[in-house]
Amino acid sequence: MKLKLATLALGAVMAAAPAMADLVFPSLSYRTGPYAPGGIPFADGYADYFTLINERDGGIGGEKIQMPECETAYNTEKGVECYESTKGLGSLVYQPLSTGITYQLIPKVTADGIPMLTSGLGRTSAKNGTVFPWVFNFPANYWDGASVAIKHILDEQGGDISGTKITLLYHNSAYGKEPIRTLEQLSEKHGFELSLIPVDSPGQEQKSQWLQIRRERPDYVIMWGWGVMNQVAIQEASNIRFPMDKFIGIWWSGSENDVVPVGDGAHGYKALTFHNMGDDYPLYDDLKTYVFDKGLAAGAGDQHGSAVYNRGLYGAMLVVEAAKVAQEIHGTSKITPEMMRDGLESLEITEETMTALGLPKFGPEFSVTCENHGGNGYAAIAQWDAKAGEWNLITDYVQSDQEIIQPLIEADSMAYAEESGIEPGCN
Amino acid sequence: MPDQLIFAIEVFLNGLMAGVLYALVALGFVLIYKASGIFNYAQGVLALFAALTLVGIMEGQVPFSHLINAVFGTEIHNFGFHVPALLAIALTMVVMVVLAWLVNTLIFRHLVNQEPIILFMATIGLAYFLEGFGDIMWGADIKKLDVGLPQGINGFIDQITLDALGYGFFIDNLDLVATAVAALLVTALVIFAQYTRQGRAMRAVADDHQAALSVGISLNFIWVMVWSLAGFVALVAGIMWGTKSGVQFSLSLIALKALPVLMLGGFTSIPGAIVGGLIIGVGEKMFEFLIGPLVGGATENWFAYVLALLFLVFRPQGLFGEKIIERV
Repeated sequence: MKLKLATLALGAVMAAAPAMADLVFPSLSYRTGPYAPGGIPFADGYADYFTLINERDGGIGGEKIQMPECETAYNTEKGVECYESTKGLGSLVYQPLSTGITYQLIPKVTADGIPMLTSGLGRTSAKNGTVFPWVFNFPANYWDGASVAIKHILDEQGGDISGTKITLLYHNSAYGKEPIRTLEQLSEKHGFELSLIPVDSPGQEQKSQWLQIRRERPDYVIMWGWGVMNQVAIQEASNIRFPMDKFIGIWWSGSENDVVPVGDGAHGYKALTFHNMGDDYPLYDDLKTYVFDKGLAAGAGDQHGSAVYNRGLYGAMLVVEAAKVAQEIHGTSKITPEMMRDGLESLEITEETMTALGLPKFGPEFSVTCENHGGNGYAAIAQWDAKAGEWNLITDYVQSDQEIIQPLIEADSMAYAEESGIEPGCN
Repeated sequence: MPDQLIFAIEVFLNGLMAGVLYALVALGFVLIYKASGIFNYAQGVLALFAALTLVGIMEGQVPFSHLINAVFGTEIHNFGFHVPALLAIALTMVVMVVLAWLVNTLIFRHLVNQEPIILFMATIGLAYFLEGFGDIMWGADIKKLDVGLPQGINGFIDQITLDALGYGFFIDNLDLVATAVAALLVTALVIFAQYTRQGRAMRAVADDHQAALSVGISLNFIWVMVWSLAGFVALVAGIMWGTKSGVQFSLSLIALKALPVLMLGGFTSIPGAIVGGLIIGVGEKMFEFLIGPLVGGATENWFAYVLALLFLVFRPQGLFGEKIIERV
């Protein structure tokens, strides 16, 4: 009896595990818990893109994709457990949608030799590929976001923001504090007055912060929020009649979830983004034919076209393109994590590439090198139209202030290299 | 009047309003603890579940639609009608009563005379179950809750303070409504507990459930009634907080705001929950206003607990809690 049970259990495990020849892209998702409204659309978009590649193209270079999904509930410990339980499946790259999990995984992926892509999140200085050879954060990072927000304000103010009062309202965590140093440097350069207002997690009660904003009357508020903090902040801004077009959130404060609960009050609110919005792209026609209409859509299939769903699609597209490059470089379709890293390090995304993929004008052009794992630092500003219920890009993709960002990245990454005993370099 | 004083008054008033919202959550804890000695860890999740159910009913959402669609390959999401807010609130209350009956019948009836820690752990299990159940039943997306409550700055207060002080105070209309609702709720609960047959029975059970049983009071009925009352209070709290932030799973975390209120006001006093809420609300807002800028801000979460602990040093049972003396 025990033998039968053991055989059955082994059979079940083997059935659930990807075949060794498949290309494995694990998804550390969070579909439960307080942050599920952000995790679900990303996980759905990520999964749907891989399904499309399997159904339409027969995989990448003839190799089918497997995407084992592991629930982290946005919990760092669970995220690490998910990594440990999936890395042995031949995982090619991880994209944990969490800065906390990213920080824990940096030493692990480095030791295990598995690449990690953290677009728009995680450790910003991982852009320095000579110090973080296994970590990538293209096409943009937090410091790029902060700089592009200031560039947008500069544009609106005719190029002079000396004396302009800008408040950073931030999640009181490592994530929320990420842009502070960049904004301080930019404040010195452009002469604007920067004030910092932290909000303790989760951020359901922000009366004190918004009374302070009402008293100090800043010209602009930049927000680094996540989860319920976003909805409450936008609601409170609406309550005190703060002009929404002077309120700019980072991309993690720029989804439909953040503005829809506020209704018309959120009209005009702005958010940074490193990809376009909506579903008016040829790729969506393919998704409809090969995924949605076949009943293969991930989750409930109700997230299509939302901001974070598009981010999931984009994330999957980037690693699929990198896998193609890796196959080309090494002349084999059966790539290893190390080959995948080579693919990521040689990735070049142009408008021609995006158009060919059915995503014209969807994201910025960028290229990755051994030294530069973060791309070229382009981001755009989207604005919420509450009446139409949609985000619209109101600027082109703008490059961040490299004069400020590069030295910061250099300093931070070198400090990490020193404390971790890493000899920077390309191999 | 100096600007700082004017600002301080505005912060003080807003602290009072925030305190009322904390007290609304704390009231649910008090009701259950008072009647059954159970510290209900699931009270925050009850508020979330009530608010999810209310929005689901108002929007005519098909419960378990994701599950149904996944199993049967269907594409149903909505009944195609909208239910008026008042009727939806009444229907939600029916759901909360059914839930109360189920909780009592399936869990707590089997745990009579168990240690308090066992009962507490059972409520932890209930919290996790309800969170997942609510997710499967109504989905995890953030829902807009609009039962017609006004929101935004109160123009009247803004204008008269502007005329009198040269600075218009910000008072949120929703907070004013919450204050009125909390006052009504507390009055109704006190009248119920003091002057109705069921209310007196509830107090008798709270004092000594074996003695209450010996005079013919049905423990099951009382406990179902108390869980239903807690469900009603949770629904009110869920409406107020859900209107502010949208109905989402973070709503269950509002319980964290109630804990210092309970420590300060006592676990067994309805007026204590209100007074405790007001003290915590004003205390944390004034501390953030006066000291926050000197220490980098974001002091409210921890200061509420420090304030409660300070009170506990002098009154371990809380301001209004019952002093329990056990002689051995």
